[in-house]
Amino acid sequence: MPPGSTPHAYTAIPGWVRALAVVAAVVVVLPLLAMVLRVDWTHFVPLVTSESSLTALALSLRTSAASTVLCIVLGVPLAVVLARDTFRLQGLLRSLVLLPLVLPPVVGGIALLYTFGRQGLLGRTLDVLGLQIAFSTTAVVLAQTFVALPFLVVSLEGALRTSGSRYEAVAATLGAPPGIVFRRVTLPLVLPGLASGAVLSFARSLGEFGATLTFAGSLQGVTRTLPLEIYLQRETDPDAAVALSLVLVAVAVAVVALAYRRPAAARTGSGRTTAAAPAGGNVT
Amino acid sequence: MMRPRMTRLPIPTARARALAAVLAAGALLPAVLTGCAPAGGTTAGADERTGARPAGTITVFAAASLKGTFTELAHAFEAANPGSSVTLSFAGSSDLVGQISQGAPADVFASADAANMQKLQDAGLADGTPRNFATNTLAIAMPPGNPAGIGSLKDLARPGVKLVTCARQVPCGAAAAKVAEAAGLELRPVSEENAVTDVLGKVTSAEADAGLVYATDINAAGGKVAGIGFAESQGAVNTYPIVATTTSRNKATAQAFLDLVTGAEGQKVLAAAGFGPADASGQGK
Repeated sequence: MPPGSTPHAYTAIPGWVRALAVVAAVVVVLPLLAMVLRVDWTHFVPLVTSESSLTALALSLRTSAASTVLCIVLGVPLAVVLARDTFRLQGLLRSLVLLPLVLPPVVGGIALLYTFGRQGLLGRTLDVLGLQIAFSTTAVVLAQTFVALPFLVVSLEGALRTSGSRYEAVAATLGAPPGIVFRRVTLPLVLPGLASGAVLSFARSLGEFGATLTFAGSLQGVTRTLPLEIYLQRETDPDAAVALSLVLVAVAVAVVALAYRRPAAARTGSGRTTAAAPAGGNVT
Repeated sequence: MMRPRMTRLPIPTARARALAAVLAAGALLPAVLTGCAPAGGTTAGADERTGARPAGTITVFAAASLKGTFTELAHAFEAANPGSSVTLSFAGSSDLVGQISQGAPADVFASADAANMQKLQDAGLADGTPRNFATNTLAIAMPPGNPAGIGSLKDLARPGVKLVTCARQVPCGAAAAKVAEAAGLELRPVSEENAVTDVLGKVTSAEADAGLVYATDINAAGGKVAGIGFAESQGAVNTYPIVATTTSRNKATAQAFLDLVTGAEGQKVLAAAGFGPADASGQGK
């Protein structure tokens, strides 16, 4: 059989694989459904629009937007260096950068505490500069950036490797300096990857809980983001907690839908850049 | 055993196998999910019915602040009653009530406040009247060396002092608010935590200058925090009630554990950890 062709016989899936796939889907979907069924719809709007809920939602959106910007500013260069450069200990650096993906967030919170806290590694230096990070909104943004950065780096590095460096090489031989190549060739090529990475980072920031609770504390309007508010409401008002959880689920669904519109995004992304570089999709 | 390896499977058989797999997985799932839960005294047998020696397994759900004392008491109980076994689960009282309401196999529930015990009673899960067995008051915890120079409750309201308390929604936060109100102080904490352990964590890491926690927490933290009591704490005394659950399948042993906690030995262990004696008027014996 010639490589590359995919005969139908090979795509047949054994029955037990299908069966387990159904179980897997149920494992994910059923708890969400159970939660939706518990929502107290008659009081949904007042529960969700209470002052503390709105404050928490606003804080969550503001901090997540800030940490997404931070992730882009710091994550793009890191992804480029990891994908394009070769240097000693590159593999080690990549593994370390990905650690927050698998670390329990509370561990991240403890690590941040011993870095930026008053008694931490940088705490005294920051104190001298008049910066106090613990218990501030800055701490929330730092915690979110710490856990969300790997999502952007992974997405973007993958996109960079897939797009290859041929066009960059061509641009360079035509006399474009590295700065121009980066801005006019590299970035436009990986824009879809960057976009989905940014969306995933935003979603991860929005859901951040453990590191925030450990590192930033919990105070209304300052550090109590929506997940922390849900955790607290659960103590006294489970209905409010369920209603707020649904809001977060809705946001998450929207974000995932946005991130997985990839084929369409890729087309528009590369379409705009045809002037600068031949789009990947046009080359066969 | 049929092993149709390498044989051509007709479609219906494949379907049947798929169905069987779904059924098997479905049957397996609850077993997996409950597999980690302790068995609620199903092995006790007739012994408990005859009201003889306490035996079998009981599961005790207790407030997080009881971790040290109840662990000690459970060992004492097992030693005094060979053949018995006590499984302990510690968490915030409201979490525990939630779990029991959702069917978690608890034989005994010890709450850190009356409000959460009331929730269990309202759910019809309390077997008889709860007995009060201990009290706890708030105290001020400070990092060792007391960097902010805290000497009294009033110092907590001083500008620049980084104070951490529990949120009003949890018992330790309600107590803190009550104490502050009674003292006419307006406390401005930099963080309002969900659990007293989170408050303690902020103090032991020296991020906070002071935290309002229970007196027993300071005892349990050993040298990791300094602590001072204050007279105003008597205005917000937390009472700890304990009760057996209606769903208990080992009532005799559960009752025996209750007796141990409320009896002389239990009271001695609790007092050593810094708990106050319970007010006799609240007892339902």
